[in-house]
Amino acid sequence: MTTLAQRSPSQTHRTLSADDIEALAVGAWILGTGGGGDPYHKLLNMRLLYEAGRSATLIDPMTLADDALVAVLSNMGAPLVGQERLADPEFALKPVRMMEEYLGRKFDAVMALEIGGGNGVHPMMVGALTGYPVVDADTMGRAYPEAQMTSVAVAGLRCYPLTMADIRDNEIIFPRAASWRWMERISRKACTEIGSVAATCKAPRTGAEVKQHGVLYSVSKAIALGTEVLRARAEHTDPIEAVLSITSGQRMFTGKIVDVERRATEGFLRGKARIEGLDAFAGKEMVVHFQNEYSVAYLDGAPVVMTPDLICLLDSVSGEGIGTDVLRFGQRVSVLALPAPSVFLSEQGLAAVGPRAFGFDLDFTSVFKENQA
Amino acid sequence: MKRIGIDVGGTNTDAALLDGDRVIAAVKTFTTADVTTGVRTALKEVIAKAGPAADDVVAVMIGTTHFTNAVVERRNLGRAAAIRVSLPASASLVPFCDWPKDLAAKVNGGIYLVQGGHEYDGRPLMPMDELAIAKAARKIAADGVGAVAISATFSPLTAECEERAAEIVRNEAPDVHVTMSSTLGRIGLLERENVALMNASLIGLARETTQAFVDAVADSGLGAQLFITQNDGTVVKAEAAREYPVFSFASGPTNSMRGAALLAGIENAMVCDVGGTTADIGCLVNGFPREANNVVEVGGVRTLFRMPDLLSIAVGGGTKIGRDPVTVGPESVGYRLAQEAMVFGGAQVTATDIAVASGLIRLGDTARVAELPQDFVAAALKKMHDNISEGVDRMKTDATEVPLLAVGGGAMLIPDAMPGISEVIHVEHNEVANAVGAAMAQISGETDRIYRDMDRDEAIAHAREAAIDAAVASGADRATVKVIDVEDLPLSYLPGRAIRTRVRVVGDAAAMRAEVPA
Repeated sequence: MTTLAQRSPSQTHRTLSADDIEALAVGAWILGTGGGGDPYHKLLNMRLLYEAGRSATLIDPMTLADDALVAVLSNMGAPLVGQERLADPEFALKPVRMMEEYLGRKFDAVMALEIGGGNGVHPMMVGALTGYPVVDADTMGRAYPEAQMTSVAVAGLRCYPLTMADIRDNEIIFPRAASWRWMERISRKACTEIGSVAATCKAPRTGAEVKQHGVLYSVSKAIALGTEVLRARAEHTDPIEAVLSITSGQRMFTGKIVDVERRATEGFLRGKARIEGLDAFAGKEMVVHFQNEYSVAYLDGAPVVMTPDLICLLDSVSGEGIGTDVLRFGQRVSVLALPAPSVFLSEQGLAAVGPRAFGFDLDFTSVFKENQA
Repeated sequence: MKRIGIDVGGTNTDAALLDGDRVIAAVKTFTTADVTTGVRTALKEVIAKAGPAADDVVAVMIGTTHFTNAVVERRNLGRAAAIRVSLPASASLVPFCDWPKDLAAKVNGGIYLVQGGHEYDGRPLMPMDELAIAKAARKIAADGVGAVAISATFSPLTAECEERAAEIVRNEAPDVHVTMSSTLGRIGLLERENVALMNASLIGLARETTQAFVDAVADSGLGAQLFITQNDGTVVKAEAAREYPVFSFASGPTNSMRGAALLAGIENAMVCDVGGTTADIGCLVNGFPREANNVVEVGGVRTLFRMPDLLSIAVGGGTKIGRDPVTVGPESVGYRLAQEAMVFGGAQVTATDIAVASGLIRLGDTARVAELPQDFVAAALKKMHDNISEGVDRMKTDATEVPLLAVGGGAMLIPDAMPGISEVIHVEHNEVANAVGAAMAQISGETDRIYRDMDRDEAIAHAREAAIDAAVASGADRATVKVIDVEDLPLSYLPGRAIRTRVRVVGDAAAMRAEVPA
């Protein structure tokens, strides 16, 4: 369980600078493990909002009142679709307003469902547009494809209501669902129907729930990570080392992508990438499987990294995260493993996001031995 | 089979006449402000130098950085309007929103967001607003804007909206040139639209330049076909290049690297091309430049082009050398080398002066650099060597030692030994490697089709055959054709596990003589 013990030196309330947002986009894309959508379009929107004089404020989750009401926001759908139907702050706000109307009260703050990828930047758009502070936390510490794959689902918190809006005049409210899995199945169907991408406001959380069950300080972590990578790039030092230096991660492979196979089904992007080793890994081959995010990596046929450990594919030169939707032949990539948030290492956690949850007949083994449940 | 390659660079226009893989004649001339005069001069000189050997030249292949430079230097660009068919989606990030402001101000000929486009699954997003498109077309024509780029959501999967919109624009405004994004790019609306807008802004320059090249070749008396080189080391007939100038972006470095490979007879190596202002370092893999990952910026604009992965460092013949402390660049005297360098009577110490003082090359008035202190000359040369060595090391992706091909007018500045390099190879004609690369550019073929009820390997195999047929139809020798690019997009909305497969192949030119009118 995520606890106060993980609390880092806190900043209780701070206005994020335009540079913080740039760093957040870089860090969130790395933590996205290939999913959560490329943050670029959301970053562009943020630049425009900052140019227009707006800004986002980050607050320490521990300063939330127990009865504060927090909106949990995300963009749902296939990352590929986001490349064509570009992010728009007004549409990100729509399900928030729907939820407020449904509940009959205003939110006190917003937060990300997942810090990974564009979804880590998503609540910033709503924050900058409305003035609602953004909580320094999320419910995944990365990105995952489904609703039951969150810290709040693992904790057994309530999964409803959920609001969803599309770009037309369609508004959908799910007042109740039998379980997180049912909520996922039903909302996924609706999302697919309106174009495989939708802005959502997930089951709202109280301040107490966020403090007890959120993955805390993940926004600060992403900003710090991005800041280091941007510094490494500016100083022409190795950005991969920069990532490793502040994450206790491990380099698993370095190579060149030689084949990518992908298919989009039911709003998910599934497939695998084959990577031929370079440098110290010459003569070896890694195959990385994905379902929106990277789920299991095999080295010469043997599984070596698997979810919930984070599998990050980064551009070997720039340290930029590479999404499962933009993988392509010839890319030079480094594969890193980062430790999973501890909430996912429990029995319930592994049931929700372990390799079996993605269809792999594997018992979870962590790269980080001390993490093993 | 004989052909002439011409490379139009920022400083020099080089030409080389090849018979098969053999260089018969090569010349280096100056690039002229109008480009064409330089091309005519280079053609004339190389033909004169080759003598009777030039009689049966069947093809002229021109590579030019003219279009890239136009974007980078913000000149000779036409205004282009953007019609984007996507509403109500994507409204907050309008066309040009991620362009450098100065470039956008120059090119932006109006932004028209229109309702329509498609979903990923092939359904229309919303019915396309044809009246709005017709109205936009009339406004574009009334504003005197000569070109328009049309983009629509998911057009790489379903080009229907773009095609219908183009038809409406052509009806309403027949004089406005239309570029459809689906003909240029892949998934990624903003980047595809950016490329279409750049293409539209270059269309006037492309027509003019291509026509000037056609005239120059016709007037040369060669009776040869004209091809224009593209950024992947392949060529297309001049008519195709006229419509798609963006495909010629970055063809210069590609030509130079491929030319180096041919001259040295080595397909896997590092290449360092030292020109007037920069040294470009790249990596040859199986005779082709290694490509950059993902997004490539051209003049500050994001695109999804496939471009050679290059590192440009500030070491060239015109690089300014400072004393106390010894510095190398980044400033360069550029095209004023012939006036400002010491050996040419100027007062500025340049890399060329250091090369002369070190005895690496004899050029100009060597007496003028005789008094430079030997330790200063040695320190400056060492610094250049260090910069190049470090750049080569950064571009290497493999610890094994590989050869380095030294090319370009400033190749003498490349050190003879560096870490990770087995040997530094200087070859004859290396100063015109780019023209040699243009001459040897291969003919490409591409197919882009939807296959049903086939597994992926089978679909790719079918597409491969179709692409080879296309390359052969354009003049490639079937026996030499190989695949350089495979891309497949799953189409979940069509019955029978549909897959859209795009395959690009290249082959050596063959039997072009037959196509040339007697």
